[in-house]
Amino acid sequence: MSKEKIRVIIAKPGLDGHDRGAKVVARALRDAGMEVIYTGLRQTPEMIAEAALQEDAHAIGLSILSGAHMALVPRVLELLKSNKQENVKVFIGGIIPDEDVPRLLALGVEGVFGPGTSTQDIVNAIRSKVME
Amino acid sequence: MIDVQAVLDGNRLAISRLISQIENDTPEGQRALSELFSYTGKAHLIGVTGAPGTGKSTLVNQIAYHYRHPTNSSTPKTVAIVAVDPTSPFTGGALLGDRIRMTGLSGDLGVFIRSMATRGSLGGLANTTAGVVQAFDAAGYHVILIETVGAGQAEVDIARLAHTTLVVEAPGLGDDIQAIKAGILEIADILVVNKADRPGIESTERALRNMLQLADPQVRSEFKNSENGESLWETPIQCTIAIEGNGVTEVIDLISKHRVYLEKTGDLQRRERIRLETELTHRLQKLLITQWREQLSDGLFEKVLDRLLTREISPQEAVTQLMKGGSGE
Repeated sequence: MSKEKIRVIIAKPGLDGHDRGAKVVARALRDAGMEVIYTGLRQTPEMIAEAALQEDAHAIGLSILSGAHMALVPRVLELLKSNKQENVKVFIGGIIPDEDVPRLLALGVEGVFGPGTSTQDIVNAIRSKVME
Repeated sequence: MIDVQAVLDGNRLAISRLISQIENDTPEGQRALSELFSYTGKAHLIGVTGAPGTGKSTLVNQIAYHYRHPTNSSTPKTVAIVAVDPTSPFTGGALLGDRIRMTGLSGDLGVFIRSMATRGSLGGLANTTAGVVQAFDAAGYHVILIETVGAGQAEVDIARLAHTTLVVEAPGLGDDIQAIKAGILEIADILVVNKADRPGIESTERALRNMLQLADPQVRSEFKNSENGESLWETPIQCTIAIEGNGVTEVIDLISKHRVYLEKTGDLQRRERIRLETELTHRLQKLLITQWREQLSDGLFEKVLDRLLTREISPQEAVTQLMKGGSGE
């Protein structure tokens, strides 16, 4: 095993309080040998970008079920850029309407995982994007 | 490439990237640490340890907040937090959750929180935690709070690293026999009994107080007490309700008192010496064993191992043979 570990931040931006999905993903990534920094509920984009900076994260997973993704995600990407961390891969999970998926991908999001995605697919996607 | 000057200037991205290099034990990381070493030794290193669920992260959050927003007229201190959580022995993965309790510190540029996984180390810290602390020290943070993994009884590495060690207890964790066992309680410079609003707080506090009174003040542990016979530090007990911030100013006062004690008695120097001795020994061991393995003739180690496996020779004999450079056949 190489000494470098994939470090992923799992965060729930916005105001909805449903964190089961985020926890399931966090656990799956842990079991895949990654170091998962779990930041918990009600995170602002500023808090998430700050965590990514301090933790030198390779990837961020955002769980959003509130419908506010088109407001929150661009802000996170913007902050990463202004912190010179545009190399951090951003993934979205939760409830995202189909028509918003291409818009998020166009913004620079690396993957959108809706309900029913297998955790193995998420692990594989993060691993391959980080290794790129 | 690591920009050492940027680290010294306190550039957060540079610090963060350097820490990753230290964690991954890369040659660049080691080189940078070596360059930074002369700038270290200024920060006050505060260790926070205790059983899982006693409220270490919440207390660390509160202590950091008080250093940033002092109640008296003193100037705010910059704070780095190194929060260690365990690595899974099966998958090598880790879930680092200490930040959850520290959201009150976000947005403050005078605070830097870094989560670390133990990556196989068993003493309550990661093998590279000392290096990470050095990086923060060189970057100019005044106070460095080091939170260990939820520690049981023997994870006492923190006492070798920190200047002041806080051991956090909570009501209902065990009887008075637990309190007189060797190990984690012995390393406390300050004992914090958190969750003081919980039932059983009186008996927990009493058990700990009795434990401290039973201790012979003349017993001079490796970590504590001055050699020149000056007044010994008597470990104080402070009750807190960290989630509400109760008792935290008192903890800060005790930390300052302990710092004064360390400086007055020369204990600070002594502890630094022990710490550097440990680091020097570890580095020497690592280097010597690598070099020795390199000069060993090919296949000899495996040959000795084979003979060990068939019980032809004992491990003691194997070592003697290897040091002589032969397999003993």
